[in-house]
Amino acid sequence: MNTNALLSGGPLSAEIGQLFWIFVGIAAAVYVVVLAFLVVSLRRREGARAAPPDSPAARHAVRAIGIAVGLTTVILVVLALSDFFANRVIAATPENPLRVRVTAHQWWWEIEYVDADPTRRVRTANELHLPVGRPVQLEMTADDVIHSFWAPELNGKKDLLPGYTTRLTLVAARAGDYTAECAEFCGFQHANMRVAIVAHDPQDFARWYDAQLTPAAEPVSPELQRGRDVLLGSTCVMCHNITGTDASGVTGPDLTHLASRRWIAAGALPNDAARLAAWISDPQGIKPGTHMPATRLDADDLAVLTHYLTSLR
Amino acid sequence: MSRIDDTWADKPGLVGWLSTVDHKRIGIRFVVTTLAFFVFAGLLAAVMRVQLARPDNHVVGPDTYNQLFSVHGSMMMFLFAVPVMEAIALYLVPLMVGTRNVAFPRLNAYSYWLLLFGGLMLIFVFVIDSAPDAGWFNYVPLSGPEFGPGKRSDFWAQLITFTEVSGLIGAVNIITTVFKLRAPGMTLARLPLFVWAMLATAFMILFAMPSVMLASTFLITDRLVTTQFFNPAEGGDVLLWQHLFWFFGHPEVYFIFVPALGVISQILPTFARRRIVGYVAMVVALVTIAFLSFGLWVHHMFATGLPPLGMSFFTAASIMIALPTGLQIFCWIATLATGEKVRFAAPFLFIIGFFFIFIIGGLTGVMLGSSTLDSQLHDSYFVVAHLHYVLIGGAVFPLFGGFYYWFPKVTGRRLSERAGRWNFWLFFIGFNVAFFPMHILGLEGMPRRIYTYPAAAGWSGLNLLSTIGAFTVALSVLVFFVNVWRSRRAGELAPDNVWGASGLEWAAPSPPPPYNFERIPAVRSRDPLWEPGFPAAEVVGLPDIVRSTLVTRLHDAEPDHIAILPDASIWPFLAALATTIMFIWSVFTPWGLTWGAIPLTITLIGWFWPKKDETRRTCAVEVKPDAGDARVHQLREALP
Repeated sequence: MNTNALLSGGPLSAEIGQLFWIFVGIAAAVYVVVLAFLVVSLRRREGARAAPPDSPAARHAVRAIGIAVGLTTVILVVLALSDFFANRVIAATPENPLRVRVTAHQWWWEIEYVDADPTRRVRTANELHLPVGRPVQLEMTADDVIHSFWAPELNGKKDLLPGYTTRLTLVAARAGDYTAECAEFCGFQHANMRVAIVAHDPQDFARWYDAQLTPAAEPVSPELQRGRDVLLGSTCVMCHNITGTDASGVTGPDLTHLASRRWIAAGALPNDAARLAAWISDPQGIKPGTHMPATRLDADDLAVLTHYLTSLR
Repeated sequence: MSRIDDTWADKPGLVGWLSTVDHKRIGIRFVVTTLAFFVFAGLLAAVMRVQLARPDNHVVGPDTYNQLFSVHGSMMMFLFAVPVMEAIALYLVPLMVGTRNVAFPRLNAYSYWLLLFGGLMLIFVFVIDSAPDAGWFNYVPLSGPEFGPGKRSDFWAQLITFTEVSGLIGAVNIITTVFKLRAPGMTLARLPLFVWAMLATAFMILFAMPSVMLASTFLITDRLVTTQFFNPAEGGDVLLWQHLFWFFGHPEVYFIFVPALGVISQILPTFARRRIVGYVAMVVALVTIAFLSFGLWVHHMFATGLPPLGMSFFTAASIMIALPTGLQIFCWIATLATGEKVRFAAPFLFIIGFFFIFIIGGLTGVMLGSSTLDSQLHDSYFVVAHLHYVLIGGAVFPLFGGFYYWFPKVTGRRLSERAGRWNFWLFFIGFNVAFFPMHILGLEGMPRRIYTYPAAAGWSGLNLLSTIGAFTVALSVLVFFVNVWRSRRAGELAPDNVWGASGLEWAAPSPPPPYNFERIPAVRSRDPLWEPGFPAAEVVGLPDIVRSTLVTRLHDAEPDHIAILPDASIWPFLAALATTIMFIWSVFTPWGLTWGAIPLTITLIGWFWPKKDETRRTCAVEVKPDAGDARVHQLREALP
């Protein structure tokens, strides 16, 4: 997981990181100075007398308060202004962005790349691929309750609200893996609601994109064929879509290229055959409260089904 | 037994205990009850810390965990932090302003019982695994009819109703007591700073609480009778909840913090043996905080995608509230710098702890006020760290300091100093070990309210450290309770003015009699007990066959007339019981309101039914208006 807000993977999080250190630096200085005054005030000598209200010491103290208030005002104005200028960078509308629609569900992310040509729209789930350098504009909403998209190494967070569309820009400066989490409490599995973010060089991204546009791989062996039959004969198809087959449910994540993804169940498990089988047979044990029902299959059917799913690269 | 003792005495036995309207007995009960809620909510936090001590832990599942933090937050905020401040005010304010009871003694009792019953309801639903589970701010639609099945959110909404009614009554009581029942000569410019703080708080409560009452009522009607206030599909709005909640929720933080500022302003000058530097500035700062706190609620909603100009406005407003808070800190330091050398007794240790912890919370608060930084910090463990630094550092430390400071007044005995030092150091160290690492966890991307995390996240070490700190805090609180338990019987006897303080509460005996002052002293300065020859004059001639006290004028505190306060009565208790039945009934059916109103009406009729004996005594002391004028005139003549 790559979720450190201070390790910036792009210019936007770097801008916020810089602002953070300005605030921390000033805050630390203020803390030290104020507490130094406190400690000095407490270390008065034994038998010191209280200064009467009109004494020079008391007048001195009042003047010091005035100066401290003045300095505080200046510091606060500086901080407010530095926030304002940083925010202008963060909130600026990007030029020629890659547009991605994100719809949050309890407890997974539906992701759709927008393209003027409807045949070139990629639909996936829980995984977001980005080209390095090009701004990506997320157009986000929620299907059920409020969620919040937070990829700390790329930008701050933004809520996804039913009935609203919110926007968040991501820019990755270098290729690599990043992680987004849900940051707004959304029920039982708020803890397991992540997006694996992968930033590619532009050519790699184009390759990934084209691969995602293809329908699911046809079974190349009798065993895979049987796996697909098990799938199409099970309740899986009520919720999941696999392009190129009759499975066309829309309430759960799209599985057309399931095997190419890093995680299953929105970050609950790494994606491998054994864990996939465990997930299919006992989702409640792994992710209590998830809306995915358990699928009862005999061991053999489960094995071929898993085998088929792991072929969907 | 003299006649005044007779008039103010409560009946013995259970009925007397349930009927008392003495602000001190109720105040103690209030404090003990809120502390019990503090302990209960703290134990829930301990379970959460056990769950989070290791990655992929299975001590509790998500269902239990969500109830744990929802009840922890709701209970700490609504049943501990806000009411405990009102509770100490209801005990102290009449003593501090020099009167014999609060302005509405029976309402005071009613308000206590309601809070108790509301809290017991929450504990009960937690025990039967039906507790609220959508967080202490209970966002819709998660808490709405579609995604929040069962009765969990309904219990949350009714808990709000209980605490609201109780809190609003407390506020009205404090405002009226301060405005009308001050000792002669205690002008507004001579009001103790704690009383100013409570006055500001009471007004904030009065204006902020209706907002959450509206929100929770909308929620109840959405859930119970299918209104659609928060349903986007029917033209409702999910953000409406957040605006209404935080318009209350942000001032609420200041209901907790402002009284604590008042506590510090009482304790610190006592130990510096010097009147506070910048009294007027302190009052202006308190009032400014009260006003500004209504202008920053949106900083809880920076992540909801508001327009940038609006965010900049609320950023500026949020950051600027540091100014009046800073001003108070400067005034305190100046007071220490120009005072005598302080003795580090337990109350003062907690005040020093306040400075070291709260200032960190204040500075991280400035960071959270910045909308740009907030986009990273919001809803992460950084916020969990921040809110505990301001609430525990800013309010609980002064509160504990206040317990050590006023305990001798309440019981006539001192708390043990040795145990006090253990209490302080365990709390101070444990607190920082528990909560400082959370800043870093937040920056490392740990979101709030997750019931578990994978080992791959790399948050394990700091979480374990935090758990160790949390248990140190628990130990410290245990030391405090043992100290209280032992000292209330076996503690060192304390003289009336044990700390040599200047406030009027120290002029009453320890513990004070039911009527506080047999003769109400007249006041000539801000620090009456430090005046030579105090009291220069005392109020005489208050009739002693009824519970009477002196009413003074709002701004100059000149004697105005004599008020007759009500006797003890069982009816507030019964009315609170009837109200509780109505509130809980209406969780299940709207008819609960209709039928539940009948027993409530009966108890209210009982409450206001004239009592023969009370009427007879009141008539005996009644005087014709002109004669009454003459008596008040005599009273004024007698005063300097």
